[in-house]
Amino acid sequence: MNIVVCVKQVLDPEMPTEKFRLKDNQVISPEGIPLVINPCDAQAVEAALRVKEKHGGKITAITVGTDESKEVVRRALAMGADEGIILTDDAFAGSDSLATAYILAQAIQKIDAVDLVLCGREAADWSMGIVGPVLAERLNLPLITLAKNIELLDNNILKVERIIPDGYQVFEVSLPAVLTVSNEIGLPRLPTGMGIINAVRKEIPVWSNQDINTDVSLIGANAEGLKLLSLSMPERERKCEIVGGETPDEVAGNLAGKLRVAGVI
Amino acid sequence: MAQNSTVLICGEQEEGKITAVTKELLGVGKILAGGLNGKLSALIIGSDIRDSGEEAIVYGADNVYLVEDPLLSQYNPDSYTTAITQACQQIGPSVVLLGHTTMGRDVAGRVAFRLGCFPCMNCTNLDIDSKSLVQTRSVYGGNAIAVVVSRDSQLQLATIKPRAMTPLEPDSSRKGEIENIKVKIDDPAIRTKLVSTTKEEVEGIKLEDARVIVAGGGGIGDAEGFQLLQDFARILGGAVGTTTVPYDEGWVPTTSMVIGDSGKTVKPDLYIAIGIRGASQHITGCSESKLMVAINKDSDAGIFKVSDLGVVADYRKVLPPLIERCKALLAT
Repeated sequence: MNIVVCVKQVLDPEMPTEKFRLKDNQVISPEGIPLVINPCDAQAVEAALRVKEKHGGKITAITVGTDESKEVVRRALAMGADEGIILTDDAFAGSDSLATAYILAQAIQKIDAVDLVLCGREAADWSMGIVGPVLAERLNLPLITLAKNIELLDNNILKVERIIPDGYQVFEVSLPAVLTVSNEIGLPRLPTGMGIINAVRKEIPVWSNQDINTDVSLIGANAEGLKLLSLSMPERERKCEIVGGETPDEVAGNLAGKLRVAGVI
Repeated sequence: MAQNSTVLICGEQEEGKITAVTKELLGVGKILAGGLNGKLSALIIGSDIRDSGEEAIVYGADNVYLVEDPLLSQYNPDSYTTAITQACQQIGPSVVLLGHTTMGRDVAGRVAFRLGCFPCMNCTNLDIDSKSLVQTRSVYGGNAIAVVVSRDSQLQLATIKPRAMTPLEPDSSRKGEIENIKVKIDDPAIRTKLVSTTKEEVEGIKLEDARVIVAGGGGIGDAEGFQLLQDFARILGGAVGTTTVPYDEGWVPTTSMVIGDSGKTVKPDLYIAIGIRGASQHITGCSESKLMVAINKDSDAGIFKVSDLGVVADYRKVLPPLIERCKALLAT
């Protein structure tokens, strides 16, 4: 099994809400909080590792970004991925999801005999969830989205459980295929000490547009499909009345009384 | 593809009835069609769907296109992507809307790619400003709201967040044509096979329909804690929800209870958040509840900032008497 996992570096979605700041329609990266691997992408790496453990093979983690993005590839390597590739070029900067899917597709076509491409369900920043689907279109491969469980059957058929709002669907698809992995697949493993050492030692090739020949009119900031009009923080604050009391029973009685007055019970 | 000022919504039906999000699509579609001086058309795919076509008109569609094909009797990503793409090419709308549903989030990206436009996913509001579709959506896990507009106004495609938009009142005096259109689906184009569908229905009231929701987070600590929440919800005639942590930890059996960015959006009359820190990605799914109540032992927890009533206490101490007190009040 030759598996490619697409990973992205994002602002840590677990950071406290009060650290989130905007200026001039842009998110300010808070000091002291490092960028992290997109959580669903870490889960895609986890899914790849589970397949590899059972059936063997090779996992390549790939990202579109800058030199800084090495860290996200290293994270995948530290978890157990075998190879990494970084796609960096001035022409790539500012690419939206459609353009990113195109860049990834051009790169994946340069990798020999790929059986399975995994992406996270969506990124924790813009949450569009369309890199995987568009990547499948670009590669002309079948796609299953929102995978929570993957099992390789005989004859190169993959059985995929796909999340739906009140349960799951089971799909079968012949390889090669593209999947997007949902958070329900479970927590990704943490890197081991050995994994971290290997990841640091590993040479990570950097590919530029010369290596993958994208049509530059379709990528970068100039090809953006959407124009941002505004970015703002939602107004959610309410005035909170703290309900007190001497004993838990008294607190409970006071709260129940207020709920009754509000007409909700 | 010849464009006209049509707003086309891709409706969904279950057993001959249009779904709730389809009514919401028609509701917002009507406003957009007004802004474009165009008409609102509904596309419905499946087999035996004529009744749902009529229902779409009652809920605001000016006309309906039905695509009936045995290959479309059940949802398949490949056949539905092909069918919706071809229908859009035949109809030539300037705006295409889908629900951000099992189907919509699966096919929208691919349909948009095939039609040559950029899909804007999971919008919470849509509007028209001089022919352009103005799209509002939650980004950064609910920490921010982005308003975007498509650079190309020829064809614009978006999915809408379920429950974010308002349906029209049904009106059976509305009239409209129902027309069958044909699409061509090749067998080889269908590369994925749906083997089975498993529903993990939670007992009792569905979260989306509940008037009262008792939700627990990482502070609940174990599966037994959730039993206490279940007891409380039962007394209040409500449902139990969670953040992602209890599902990841295995304290709750199914992901269908998760509320927030990666789960459901709810708007109950009463939302009681217990042991929930208040991360944006959870709050984004419940912030429109009428009355928000927080029970948390950490007085600095962000949840208090978005709540109307708060109790700073260990829920294990305060919940048993609260259940008794509510039980007593409800008996009067």
